[in-house]
Amino acid sequence: MESRKLLKSGEFLVSSTEAADVFIPEEFSEEQKMIAQTCSDFLQTEVMPKMNDLEKSDRELMKMILRKSGELGMLGISIPEEYGGFGQDFITQMLVAETTGAGASFSVAFMAHCGIGTLPIMYYGNDDQRQRYVTLLATGEMIGAYCLTEPGAGSDANAGKTSAKLSDDGKNYIINGQKMWITNAGFADTLVVFAKIDNDRVLSAFIIEAGYPGVVIGPDEHKMGIKGSSTAQIYFNDVKVPVENLLGKRGEGFRIALSILHMGRIKLGANVLGAAKMAINDSVKYANERKQFGVLISSFGAIKHKLAEQVIRLYASESAVYRVSRDINELINRYKSECGDKHRASIDAISHYAVEAAILKVAGSEMLDLVVDEAVQIHGGMGYSAEMEVERAYRDSRINRIFEGTNEINRLLVGDTAMKRAMKGDFDLFGEAEKLFADIDNLNDGRTAGESYHQEKKRYIGNFKKLILLCIHGSMKHFAKGLISEQEVMNNIANMMMEIYLSESMALRIEKLETIRGEVSVYRDILDVNIRETANLVRKEATDAICSFASGDSLPSLVRAAEELTRVSFVNSKDARRRIADKLIEDNSYKF
Amino acid sequence: MNIVVCISNVPDTTTRIKFSEGNASIDTSGIQWVINPWDELSLARALELRDDPASGVKKVTVAHAGPASSEPTIRKALAIGADDAIRVNCNPSDAYYTAGQLAAAIGKEGFDVIICGIESSDFNGSAVGGMISEFIGIPSVSSVSGLNIDTGVPVITREIDGGRESVKVPVPFVAIVQKGIAKEPRIASMRGIMTARTKPIKVHEPVDYDSLTEISGFEKPAPRAACKFIDADDPAKLIELLQNEAKVI
Repeated sequence: MESRKLLKSGEFLVSSTEAADVFIPEEFSEEQKMIAQTCSDFLQTEVMPKMNDLEKSDRELMKMILRKSGELGMLGISIPEEYGGFGQDFITQMLVAETTGAGASFSVAFMAHCGIGTLPIMYYGNDDQRQRYVTLLATGEMIGAYCLTEPGAGSDANAGKTSAKLSDDGKNYIINGQKMWITNAGFADTLVVFAKIDNDRVLSAFIIEAGYPGVVIGPDEHKMGIKGSSTAQIYFNDVKVPVENLLGKRGEGFRIALSILHMGRIKLGANVLGAAKMAINDSVKYANERKQFGVLISSFGAIKHKLAEQVIRLYASESAVYRVSRDINELINRYKSECGDKHRASIDAISHYAVEAAILKVAGSEMLDLVVDEAVQIHGGMGYSAEMEVERAYRDSRINRIFEGTNEINRLLVGDTAMKRAMKGDFDLFGEAEKLFADIDNLNDGRTAGESYHQEKKRYIGNFKKLILLCIHGSMKHFAKGLISEQEVMNNIANMMMEIYLSESMALRIEKLETIRGEVSVYRDILDVNIRETANLVRKEATDAICSFASGDSLPSLVRAAEELTRVSFVNSKDARRRIADKLIEDNSYKF
Repeated sequence: MNIVVCISNVPDTTTRIKFSEGNASIDTSGIQWVINPWDELSLARALELRDDPASGVKKVTVAHAGPASSEPTIRKALAIGADDAIRVNCNPSDAYYTAGQLAAAIGKEGFDVIICGIESSDFNGSAVGGMISEFIGIPSVSSVSGLNIDTGVPVITREIDGGRESVKVPVPFVAIVQKGIAKEPRIASMRGIMTARTKPIKVHEPVDYDSLTEISGFEKPAPRAACKFIDADDPAKLIELLQNEAKVI
């Protein structure tokens, strides 16, 4: 067990982290690389050649491919060996999520099965339920789905109307209701279903086999993207579910649903990395082949700008994903050693990092949207042709901003969860904010002579954090309990938090990387451009927030602080982006 | 019956090769190393035979001549399914040296079938397999596209001009294989990856062979010229280009 300080969720706002204490992708073990290679090989041999058929919503084909991935052990990565899996650590789970992210619709089916379809039973089931279901889900002998959303209950999951009543003989629950947007509905064998028992205020969870009488699967929805994944409504008409299939305790459903969503969000943050890498590779390969005006389009500055921007955004997300993966991994180990239920330890640790999970979900899904959008643009007219991979990638990407909690809900969660955790006493957010506000007229950018490259970057990031604290302090003073309803201000706070977490993760990664490989200038280019962009964004978001709550003397003081705390050195972004793009163009694929 | 598959550690086929030290060596920084594709197919076929009880193949070993830094590639072969491995601790410099080292290590172990890919995707010398058979003093069969074991006797299909030839070979022998030996490479399963860490890699120190070649420099082939399209109704233009530009007629 390592002795490094483990930050609590959201604590990064008030604490700094040492580069030596973060995990970076360059530290993957040979075994982890082999696992990723297996997933990648599987996509290349079993998934991509069948993509055209999958896109026609061939349910049986998708189920067959999922089963094949189960034969290789890919479905059992997160499952302990005692239940037929391979018990890999959380970092490896995230690496697998990343790698399979390049699998388009297969990735959605795979992630739904391995995550929301299997893990509720793994984490909240009893041993009998795990033996009956998890052992088969881990090998692909059964395929899982998760049924939470209803026509009237989307983001407000607790508003679900699906009901459960105990039968007269006390042996079964009788389930009635309708669920929608159910991934893997068309071929799933087991369904984790949320319903309210009698007139309970809160949800309970059940394991329902798709073959039980009264379970009716609707036709697949016609979707914008991820057409190969089966998405359908499921109807429950007087379905008799044995009482042994109640998952967790009565009334524990909402907690299960939320915990699993935290897990889904954080894995989505990893999943989009794989999709983005594929789109970047397609982009640069095309730019390196397509000629206009007698030269390759990869030689044009406008195209280099797009390629570089794709790289910078991806690199930032990637840095953050593996930084938090290690934090979660260590917390899992800590919880396991402290509490009796080692399976609950995993989900409790993942749920703890709710702030970072929401950050990775929102930042990752929006990063991918930018990457695929530019991928289509780089392809020009060909990007609009359904023959090209990027056309599918563009459509497939869009759902990521909607499922696993919309980005609007997750943006609210970023700031709100951090503030609630601070109020609970996890870290001192408000005391720090109060101190800064009291001294606001003396705030400056903190520049000192002779600071190193990385010290300078840390100072910038520290200043950005101070500005967030001022915004949180001011908005809480002004709006008090009504702050959560001021969603625009909550968005300003979330946007700042996301950019800062990503920039800090990138800065720590590059600082650590330099201790391994020595200084490589192109990584400093990435960081220079990113910090400059983050400063601009943080200043804008902070100013918007400040103008919405401040007045009188505090308004000019806060606006001046926003200027002061986002002052960063000038960068020749044009040349830096060109150098980043040149590496991508030279390698002809993303090798950062 | 025991099979040994010789594997080479080569740059991933998508690698953009760069040179260093004034074009005197290959710049290995950032290269992703993989099992040579022909060797990977050979391994897949050897494992198919081992997994078929009727073949009588009991064990598949992989052998590699290279430094400790190539062990991840060996470990990958073990994850794919090889039972154990041999590594000759050396820095191979040419086909003669590599074949000599592998022959010395393999020869001591008494294998029945030695399989080599027809070439490696880095230097493409196509010489190691034949040299191993000469070093050990056993027969070799080239251009092998099929390998079966019929009641203990290897039956080989080899590609020849205009068709295929089927031959029976007494063991031990070297099979120099090409594409077709297996349908596709085998993907390492999660269980294979987990068990690979405990499979033995026997390390041999190199024997005293000299390299017979000296590399004086590397250069890249000239970029491929652009393709010109000629109107089908204008054969005179084609003739003019072939005569004056390509200078082939």
